[in-house]
Amino acid sequence: MATTAEGFDIHHGDGHHAHDHADHKPGFFARWFMSTNHKDIGTMYLIFAIIAGIVGGAISGIMRVELAEPGIQYLQWWAQFMGGGNDLNTALHMWNVFITAHGLIMVFFMVMPAMIGGFGNWFVPLMIGAPDMAFPRMNNVSFWLTVAGFFSLLFSLFVPGGTGPGAGTGWTVYAPLSTKGSVGPAVDFAIFSLHLAGAGSILGATNFITTIFNMRAPGMTLHKMPLFVWSVLVTAFLLLLALPVLAAAITMLLTDRNFGTTFFDPAGGGDPVLYQHLFWFFGHPEVYIMILPGFGMISQIVATFSRKPVFGYLGMAYAMVLIGVVGFIVWAHHMYTVGLDVNTKMYFTAATMVIAVPTGVKIFSWIATMWGGSLSFKSPMVWSLGFIFLFTVGGVTGVVLANGGIDDNLHDTYYVVAHFHYVLSMGAVFSMFAGFYYWFPKMSGRMHSELLSHIHFWTFFVGVNVIFFPQHFLGMQGMPRRYPDYAEAYHFWHQISTYGYYIMAGSMIFFFVNILYSLLAGKKAEANPWGEGATTLEWTLPSPPPYHQFETLPVITDANDYHDHRPATA
Amino acid sequence: MAGKVNHDYHILEPDIWPLVGSFSALTFTSGLVMYMHPDFFGNAAGFVMYAGLAGLIATFFMWFKNIVIEAQRGDHTPVVQLHMRYGMILFIASEVMFFVGWFWSFFDFALFPAPLTYDEATGLTTSLFGQESVAAVTFVPEGMQVLDPFSLPLLNTLILLCSGTTVTWAHHALIHGDREGLKQGLWATIALGVLFSAIQAYEYAGAPFGFGGNTYSSAFYMATGFHGFHVIVGTIFLAVCLYRAYLGHFTPRQHFGFEAAAWYWHFVDVVWLFLFVAVYVWGGWGAELH
Repeated sequence: MATTAEGFDIHHGDGHHAHDHADHKPGFFARWFMSTNHKDIGTMYLIFAIIAGIVGGAISGIMRVELAEPGIQYLQWWAQFMGGGNDLNTALHMWNVFITAHGLIMVFFMVMPAMIGGFGNWFVPLMIGAPDMAFPRMNNVSFWLTVAGFFSLLFSLFVPGGTGPGAGTGWTVYAPLSTKGSVGPAVDFAIFSLHLAGAGSILGATNFITTIFNMRAPGMTLHKMPLFVWSVLVTAFLLLLALPVLAAAITMLLTDRNFGTTFFDPAGGGDPVLYQHLFWFFGHPEVYIMILPGFGMISQIVATFSRKPVFGYLGMAYAMVLIGVVGFIVWAHHMYTVGLDVNTKMYFTAATMVIAVPTGVKIFSWIATMWGGSLSFKSPMVWSLGFIFLFTVGGVTGVVLANGGIDDNLHDTYYVVAHFHYVLSMGAVFSMFAGFYYWFPKMSGRMHSELLSHIHFWTFFVGVNVIFFPQHFLGMQGMPRRYPDYAEAYHFWHQISTYGYYIMAGSMIFFFVNILYSLLAGKKAEANPWGEGATTLEWTLPSPPPYHQFETLPVITDANDYHDHRPATA
Repeated sequence: MAGKVNHDYHILEPDIWPLVGSFSALTFTSGLVMYMHPDFFGNAAGFVMYAGLAGLIATFFMWFKNIVIEAQRGDHTPVVQLHMRYGMILFIASEVMFFVGWFWSFFDFALFPAPLTYDEATGLTTSLFGQESVAAVTFVPEGMQVLDPFSLPLLNTLILLCSGTTVTWAHHALIHGDREGLKQGLWATIALGVLFSAIQAYEYAGAPFGFGGNTYSSAFYMATGFHGFHVIVGTIFLAVCLYRAYLGHFTPRQHFGFEAAAWYWHFVDVVWLFLFVAVYVWGGWGAELH
């Protein structure tokens, strides 16, 4: 018989234990500005990610509205609004600024903070039976450095960049556009934004790895760890090893821009392609950083709502490890058209395709988990099913683009845009909504509305597909990325795509109404609202959990069901 | 909380320094941007930069002071010490990857050199790219002198290797309860570290090439410069340990602060060995010596 945490009553989910020492909370300022509590820091990360997501999503709206018609509609107005001139150059520069801000915000200030900072912080300690993170103070500096990075990016919008205000370099910050092509201070602010957010992420990665290796409850071996924890572990290693290379690369940009070095300047023997190598050595692991925690969440949710342990647990765990390892040696598939040697292209094509194998292991194992299961289509589950379906579409177009020969044609077209939005704004974002609806009752102590969640799912599903599926066609027809204007021939699908944006934006209303409704009037959540399929340790705690949980550590034995991969044998 | 907490983990009280440190970092980097663009920001840069730097230094000081207080209080149970070991190893791993970035650039330029000439009188580099007359292209621009690796750089190599042994001397003394040996070993290590930095500064000051302009000098100064910065950080880390040794901190069984400083020092040492072999010896091979 397992020992669960004894310091509290697990049926005691009604929040009336304010005088319980485990639930003693500091005052408002100390609690939210000086926090050393993984759950509060996780909440702040989630709120920050939602705010950043609204900003990043609004910017994509500006771009979609502009792209609804050929010609330049609104960019000149935006140029003036942001304090630039009324000329076409400034207007076109604004386009680059929107592209850049959308990419940087969504990658560094929405997906990463939500998945790793938000869900990782909240649920890694809970799932491994730990009272908090290994380094609670450092946890807080990770969060505030992310906020500081966001401020630095915001500063960049109000100072000159290229031919107008803001950094218009793309999220990749390629030289020479980011060096000789944008002499104003905006790009320096954007670079430091990455330095700050990157430093926060490296510290966070250190924290997660240490927590997962050292703070698992007695009896929870690595091979009993929930898959979400595995996914965060692999993600943290990718962050730890990839981000410092980006830091070096963007430091070279800084010194090239301001202090006369010639890393990327051919006039002094430098090479712009070197920047691309350094960037994508970080950038490719980064795309797995953005999806692996999603894989972990989907595994938990599919198992929960199939009432079955996840199929092929070890295969699922090591598939993520393999994706992480191979993810470091495929980077130049982002650079097929820079003039790589044909043998190099062959290597990177082959290595990239190898990644489809562990990814396939995951997709088929999720399906096998559902096979013969007792399925219930609650909101987290429908989002997960949407994830499996749409992420697979993005994965398939990824296999197409992995081919160096085909990519010669499709590189920098809307086909690529469609591909990475299928894996991100349908893959990563769907998994985040799945995780949000899965854990919202645990985090808030309130049940959300299943009806609103389902409406949110279906409208969002339709919206994002209407946005991005036609972009495959645009890409195949030759529409290049990162242009605000286009030939008349591309009008039809661009217009459809913009309609999709309206549907998607409208669907977000259901999300926000749902949150507000459930926080104000939602039914109180039980410790485990999802039934016997939810076997991980967070469901043994009340909803919301006490301020300090597991003051007596839970003990995991073979004979209990606090892990998600074996049937209970008691 | 006492009495009911039944685990050895370190649950911390709320702390202001993460917030102060993060926004000091933002202030510092914003000040740097202002410093880089005086035409746009005028002369306010210095104030902003130094304000941010002061906040950062205060944060580091207070943060580590708190850690030392907690360590002396006995908060660092065996499992918490294990956390710190993991944390330090992972931090050093990320530092290694940072230097991988600089070495990557260096080897790219060294293995695939561009045709350049260097005019010693003006300090200007000219690219000969696309000119038919270019025969054998060397990494070091034609006409540029490099530092003699077997002069001061070799001396610096010996100094750092020697400091690696003195820090081990200090460690053994600490383990065997020899406090005087600990202090002497640390004094020697710090002295060697300062000597290394002084020789680096002297060599930079007399180098036959300027900071930028070509890939050799860019890669040379940024790689060795970041290494030098890490030497200074490591020296400060060791100096803090020395100060703590005088305060009577560290026991033969528990002295992770010292061990972390020693690990960091060995890491800095190893980076230098790669710099010495790759950049100083191999990178400048065949070029005229200064």
